[in-house]
Amino acid sequence: MKFGIVVNEGPYQHQSSDSAYLFAKAAIARGHEVWRVFFYHDGVNNASALTEPPQDDRHIVNRWSKLAEEHKVDLVVCVAAALRRGIKEENLAKGFRISGLGQLVEAGTKTDRLITFGD
Amino acid sequence: MLHIVNKSPLENTALESCLNLAGAGDVLLIEDAVYAATVGNSFEPTLRAALGKVKIYALQPDLDARGMGDRLVAGVTAVDYSGFVDLTTSNKNCQSWL
Amino acid sequence: MSEVKKFMFVNRKAPYGTIYALEALEVVLITAAFDQDVSLVFLDDGVFQLKKGQQTKGIEIKNFSPTYRALEGYDVEKLYVLKESMDARGLSEDDLLVPVTVLTTAEMGALMDEQDVVLSF
Repeated sequence: MKFGIVVNEGPYQHQSSDSAYLFAKAAIARGHEVWRVFFYHDGVNNASALTEPPQDDRHIVNRWSKLAEEHKVDLVVCVAAALRRGIKEENLAKGFRISGLGQLVEAGTKTDRLITFGD
Repeated sequence: MLHIVNKSPLENTALESCLNLAGAGDVLLIEDAVYAATVGNSFEPTLRAALGKVKIYALQPDLDARGMGDRLVAGVTAVDYSGFVDLTTSNKNCQSWL
Repeated sequence: MSEVKKFMFVNRKAPYGTIYALEALEVVLITAAFDQDVSLVFLDDGVFQLKKGQQTKGIEIKNFSPTYRALEGYDVEKLYVLKESMDARGLSEDDLLVPVTVLTTAEMGALMDEQDVVLSF
């Protein structure tokens, strides 16, 4: 099946980024396609290239970038939510792109299941 | 329909609302909602009553992370992330109770 | 976009305390612009989003409640409120900004079951 995933919370603050990532990995391992992950609300902070967690912690942002690279997952950050929170092209991590909310609607129409992770 | 809940029922009404509204179908407890699937708390009678109406699952890694892996209510099914994925495909639609 | 799906937006949070209600409205408007079949549901504290008479000057946050009145212009006409949630908050239909359909828990559950995509905020 073709999956879309929505992430509504920032990394480290809330478990939703971790849950979404582990779900995406499991879906791919199960032979499904994760077509797009859409980042909304504080979820846009998952795309900050300025993120520097302590060395003994997971790197949530890099983990997404790697997933995008290895499995062609489209990581889309909502432009309106991103601008409100200071996420721009200049501090956007690898593998992410900034686009409009239409991409979220499309993640609903073009996938078999859309799963939301948030608070 | 698969209902996904991620809040402890002891501080948030999401699970209670979900169980009120869910007709038939599956309910998956993840993140802090896994506390609802464990014995000995004040929500247990509500959860047990709901087991007659819906099938309830709890995410094992979230139970384990919280030290609650050995306190699962009988009748609740523990699943891993792979089982989570299967629940989303076996149900025709899903909803996260944020 | 040729596919038309049934999108339901479930609002369970009060306005202003968090941004969810406002950003949910933004998604609703876009989804309607993409000619999808849109329903809005207000449950639990989400009912407070529709309360008449919101005046936000004193908290310096934009009052977005007039947008609910504008939804009709975007052909978003399916607004549902759960009776139990409204009653529990001491509100009646007269207290709400816009006309809504009031549903029982059984009716609301059935409506959710028939959706293709459910987004909750």
